[in-house]
Amino acid sequence: MMVQCKRRVTRPIATVFFALCAMMFASLAMADALDDTLAKFTTDKFPDTQAAIGELIASGAPIAPKLFDALAEGRLLFDSDENKLYVSDGADNLVDARTGEKANVDSPDDLKKVRVNNAVRAALETARGSMSLMVPDPKARIDAAETIFKSRDPASLPQLDAAIAAEKTARVKQALAEARAAIIVMQSDAPEADRLAAVNTLNARGDQDSVGLLNELVAASQGRVKTAAANATAAIQSKLALWNNLQNVFYGLSLGSVLLLAAIGLAITFGVMGVINMAHGEMVMLGAYTTFVTQEAIKAYKPELFNYSLFIAIPLAFLVTGFIGVVIERSIIRFLYGRPLETLLATFGLSLILQPAVRSVFGANNREVGAPAFMAGSFDFGGLAITSGRMWIIVFAMAVFVALQLVLRATSFGLRIRAVTQNRRMASAMGIDTNRIDALAFGLGSGIAGMAGVALSQIDNVSPNLGQSYIIDSFLVVVFGGVGNLWGTLVAALTLGIANKFLEPLIGAVLGKIALLIFIILFIQKRPRGLFALKGRAVEA
Amino acid sequence: MNANRLLDTRGLVFVAILVAAAIIVPVLALATPTGSALHVPPYLVALMGKYLCFAMLALALDLVWGYCGILSLGHGAFFALGGYAMGMYLMRQIGPRGVYANPLLPDFMVFLNYKALPVAWWGFNWFPYAAVMVLLVPGVLAFAFGWLAFRSRVTGVYLSIITQAMTYALQLAFFRNDMGLGGNNGLTDFKDILGFNVQSDATRATLFSLSALALVGAYLIARAMVVSKFGKVVIAIRDAESRTRFLGYRVESYKLVVFTVSAMMAGVAGALYVPQVGIINPGEFAPANSIEAVIWVSVGGRGTLVGAALGAILVNFAKTWFTGVLPSFWLFALGLLFILVTVFMPKGLLGLFSRFQRRQAAPDAPVSVTEAQS
Repeated sequence: MMVQCKRRVTRPIATVFFALCAMMFASLAMADALDDTLAKFTTDKFPDTQAAIGELIASGAPIAPKLFDALAEGRLLFDSDENKLYVSDGADNLVDARTGEKANVDSPDDLKKVRVNNAVRAALETARGSMSLMVPDPKARIDAAETIFKSRDPASLPQLDAAIAAEKTARVKQALAEARAAIIVMQSDAPEADRLAAVNTLNARGDQDSVGLLNELVAASQGRVKTAAANATAAIQSKLALWNNLQNVFYGLSLGSVLLLAAIGLAITFGVMGVINMAHGEMVMLGAYTTFVTQEAIKAYKPELFNYSLFIAIPLAFLVTGFIGVVIERSIIRFLYGRPLETLLATFGLSLILQPAVRSVFGANNREVGAPAFMAGSFDFGGLAITSGRMWIIVFAMAVFVALQLVLRATSFGLRIRAVTQNRRMASAMGIDTNRIDALAFGLGSGIAGMAGVALSQIDNVSPNLGQSYIIDSFLVVVFGGVGNLWGTLVAALTLGIANKFLEPLIGAVLGKIALLIFIILFIQKRPRGLFALKGRAVEA
Repeated sequence: MNANRLLDTRGLVFVAILVAAAIIVPVLALATPTGSALHVPPYLVALMGKYLCFAMLALALDLVWGYCGILSLGHGAFFALGGYAMGMYLMRQIGPRGVYANPLLPDFMVFLNYKALPVAWWGFNWFPYAAVMVLLVPGVLAFAFGWLAFRSRVTGVYLSIITQAMTYALQLAFFRNDMGLGGNNGLTDFKDILGFNVQSDATRATLFSLSALALVGAYLIARAMVVSKFGKVVIAIRDAESRTRFLGYRVESYKLVVFTVSAMMAGVAGALYVPQVGIINPGEFAPANSIEAVIWVSVGGRGTLVGAALGAILVNFAKTWFTGVLPSFWLFALGLLFILVTVFMPKGLLGLFSRFQRRQAAPDAPVSVTEAQS
């Protein structure tokens, strides 16, 4: 792998090598100069050491990288009497820094370490950065260019120029050009045309670092450069603001999807059936634990299926929580139809039982649920940083929503559910088994909660309290959207998610949440039945 | 016309027991020697005082829920606000005895680098002001909230959910250090109340008696409200809101009065609760606490007043007992109790009791209309 990599970049390296050779030739002519430089390491003074680093990098001496490594790792030793510099290999072997030959020192214990402080360390970092402009790995070269971009050390300019001339990879070349521009713009003695071009390069780069640099430039320069820098700053900032807003929208969509997943099951049990299901959060929690158990089983018996564990867990969670939902409906809820406020009490009692029950089975600690490979990591999309996990949750939430709409709108089961909710007695008279529909509808709502649990297990701690943190938000989403309307739930969840993410940077997470709660309280005054209210006389009943 | 008297038999028994307790418990706690069989240990006095505060909260909730049909899931907020008002008074009484010995600022403010006392704290060193605030803060919040909600005809589930949102928002707000109310830790380390040491047995016994008498007072006020003509309209609103409105009653005004009075009662309960337990923190605003209060009412019997108080005392007694004997079993038991009570005893313990009584008296008594509806 390494060999292949090397071969691919041999040519640029060779060119750089020749360029460096040319510089070396010049410096060899002044071999004394190198001796003087090395002597500065032995004075045991930080400014001297720093100067020596600068000179060493300017000289382009081939021994430089070794010396820098040795200095960084504390292996650069000196003899204060003879002003000689040695490199230790960490054990007892010493080599002469100038010649690279094995050195025999009479009393190695008398050698002192060349000390470093923060300023020296920073100089060293820049120096090593400009040295690594020639490494074979393009990624490392970009990193090196970034290091120079940040340090803006004029001493690296010759190396940069050489590297730019030699570079073939476009992305690396761009990074190098940006680093060069960062140095050039701040040099007041550079030609104006060069500086203007550098400003343009920075404008094209267009990130927060460029803004910082250009702001400094606006303060430090006059004339056309100053105007250009000011314009570029404004342009970059408006672009950044746009991307920032888009990023907030993405975060908001992601939060909204989580809310949607948590609330949409409730939109069935609460919105459509009128059961205030306080145990809904516990169904979500049970779904998350189903995922945990599924993953454990897969790990134990078929580890190769691990990447598909979530796909296996989704139907399982639906079945498990759906079944529990049917049991709950048959054993408790069916006695309470027509008394919605009392379903609240009974289901709250149920949630009180389910939490410690799960705690006694799985323990109170958080359980580890792994992420399959395709959900790990993140990627850049334009100026957006998108986490794969978050993106898949958005996709999943939308898929669940569409599937649920299809079930309710396009199947005979959905038709029956709607018939029973709209007019129970009439539906019964038409031959619909209302008891069965009630049980199945409650099971459907609970099953969807379980599926939400699979998704939430990826972003939240799987603990017995998982459901509690979502229950209030879920109710607010359903009420805000309008009870009995799935579209309302969708709009409400996404609106609240996005609003939350835009408020957070302005007034903080907690105040933002309070503001949204107050907004919902006030909104309900204006529209007492939510965003999308059911119309007609039936709602008054 | 037993049912319309201010004190029916049940109420008379209730008031008599409370007044007796208010006299006997302090006597037993203070006048008997520590070892004697009749001695009431101080911790028990404080515990029972706490139960009585919960009973008062339950009573307040029963007034709005049982008689007016407003299921508030945010009554814990009014309770906690009353508690905070009292807590602020108690904080100011600490004076220079705090850890940082600042004569003006409570410890947590010194810790958070406050330079001056926030305006909200002004006047709280003066007991009458604090006492007015105990009534006023929950009262004004309930009035504003109710004025908005009832006028917009927010009812049923929607109202329940937004009351829950209210207490949740308050909980989040009080968790913030910037509120100037102690943040996460709340207010604690109280020393004196009206010059008496809060920790002393005598103060505890006095607070117990006061709680018992306050409960009697709250009961009488609530009872007077529900047996009056005003109360009849309120009950009519519970049973058929639209019909009452069409008969010409201003439904929202009736609801607003009941809701505000109930919130003030809850505030007083909170104010009596704080010196007895010695701390108030944002946890009291937790929505689960308010739901638990609803459960007390439901267990005791909704719309009975006495039942609500009884339910609060019984459930909390069971809680204390279970957490001592079978800590892990407590939540199971509580959950099971809620389910059983809601499914099988919709009228609570008192409902069960009076059904039993009626069956004894008249085996074939027809079920009344109101009973069939609720």
